[in-house]
Amino acid sequence: MSAPNKDSWNSRFGVILAVMGSAVGLGNFLRFPGQAAQNGGGLFMIPYLVAFLIVGIPLAWSEWALGRYGGKQGHNSAPGIFSSVLGSSKGSYLGMLGTVMPLLIYTYYVILEALCLYFAWSFLNGAIPALGANADKITGFVVTSLGMGENGSMFTDKQFTMLGLVLLCFVINFTMIYRGLSQGIEKFCAWAMPLLVVCAFLVLFRVLTLPPNPAHPEQNIVNGLGFLWNPIQGDSTIWDTLSRPSVWLAATGQIFFSLSLGFGLILTYASYLKPDDDVCLSSLTSASGNGFCEVVLGGMIAIPAAFIFLGPAFLSNPDNIGTFSLGFMTLPNVFNQMPAGQFFGFLFFFLLFLAAVTSSLSMLQPSIALLEEGLGLNRKRSVTLLGGISLIGTGFITYYSKGLTALDTVDFWMANFFIFIFATVQTLIFGWVIGEKKGYEELSAGAEISVPRGVMFMIRFVSPAYLLVIFALWCKESLPGRLADIRITEKGPTVALLSLGFILGVMALFTLVIAKANRRWKNEKVEDDI
Amino acid sequence: MTLAGWMVMGFAVTGMTTLLVWCVWKVISTPGSTEHLHSPADIDPEDD
Repeated sequence: MSAPNKDSWNSRFGVILAVMGSAVGLGNFLRFPGQAAQNGGGLFMIPYLVAFLIVGIPLAWSEWALGRYGGKQGHNSAPGIFSSVLGSSKGSYLGMLGTVMPLLIYTYYVILEALCLYFAWSFLNGAIPALGANADKITGFVVTSLGMGENGSMFTDKQFTMLGLVLLCFVINFTMIYRGLSQGIEKFCAWAMPLLVVCAFLVLFRVLTLPPNPAHPEQNIVNGLGFLWNPIQGDSTIWDTLSRPSVWLAATGQIFFSLSLGFGLILTYASYLKPDDDVCLSSLTSASGNGFCEVVLGGMIAIPAAFIFLGPAFLSNPDNIGTFSLGFMTLPNVFNQMPAGQFFGFLFFFLLFLAAVTSSLSMLQPSIALLEEGLGLNRKRSVTLLGGISLIGTGFITYYSKGLTALDTVDFWMANFFIFIFATVQTLIFGWVIGEKKGYEELSAGAEISVPRGVMFMIRFVSPAYLLVIFALWCKESLPGRLADIRITEKGPTVALLSLGFILGVMALFTLVIAKANRRWKNEKVEDDI
Repeated sequence: MTLAGWMVMGFAVTGMTTLLVWCVWKVISTPGSTEHLHSPADIDPEDD
């Protein structure tokens, strides 16, 4: 074997950065530490690891392999892939969720992306540092920024900056997509990923070298790490924590969210692979890079820093360590009390912004693929049409901003409810329709690592059973409250009802597109037969 | 931080780092890996 030259080393590291970068997002730096702190601290690692092995790796492998298999049949969208694998046009409707979910998640994700940019800018121009350590003022800043006090308030004069940034992020995403992914995402990741990792290590180094809080010496970095990592906290026993279904639900949801699994994104991208391209080492590298970013970087930055400056009592309130409140209310307070906090605050939120852009860019491709192959539109027309649909969605969520109800409702149904259904359907199709023998051959084709035989047993039996049990427990716990919000009051329909109506409207639209796509595919098949 | 806390953190950090290093080593040491390994970031839909 010849010695690798400089170019090959560069390109190999480029591949590693691109593979890792595609999975790194807000979930790593904000969602993971919040979930771990709320669900047993160090003990959270047990359900997290179980979910990583039982659901994360098998689902990632099956989703990549299913996508590549569909690509060989000439399809790139989830409806097209399901249609060809199931051998029936009815199967294509099962794939509808694989295009609607990423699109609807994008409609609110772009707002959070803009908020990260707004916070980075506000640290840079001194607006957030001027708020000092006053938690009420920082909370007020967030409430005003997002118009959480009243519907439509983001469209008033005072909040034009935030609204402008939402539009800016929208334009950035669609310009890159419009220019073509190979010219957009790849170039963006080539400089954004190394910068992101460097930023994360800089912030981590700063947090690990923070001195103890002078007023409370016990609030130091070692105890801060202990707050997150100690397996036994307070009076609860190991069994108390591990017997709570919500802990297992949180761990599984974290794996889905951070590995970008179960919502059709990987399915579409994998369909563009060549038949002999690897899927196993690619997805394993992506999962391990993602795990490293959330366990090593995410787990050691947010919570330990907040412990030093805000103390254990503040962090013991679950409202303060949710993904949103940890990122946009607690951490700015921490940076405001930290030496050189203005710089590190800017750096951290800019890092989050970059991570969010790399994720949001990829959320648009599944819908574009359906519009292209279903309606026969070219890329630019598909992007333009999609831009119109998603702008309406983002406008809806931006307008109904009071208490973030619209955002929360869309997130609940898309990123929690339907994601479990679609992930289970995908696993069952790969394990039972493609089958054990053919499925293993698909996984092994082009694989740069040897695929364990037992993985098909996991995909056929263990993963679906685990997903169904978790989904049933989750529905029992969470659905009644959500369904109670969907109603018509004296003032008219609730925002939760309007949001669900919007979701169903988009689903109906995509169902019509799929119906048209089926006619098109049928005609193409007839022409091919002739 | 308790001894159990140090152990959990040590196992978690070492485990994730080891898995990542192993994957990076496999990518670097496998001939032709750059042509066969992909992510959503570098996959070209070829539909421009």
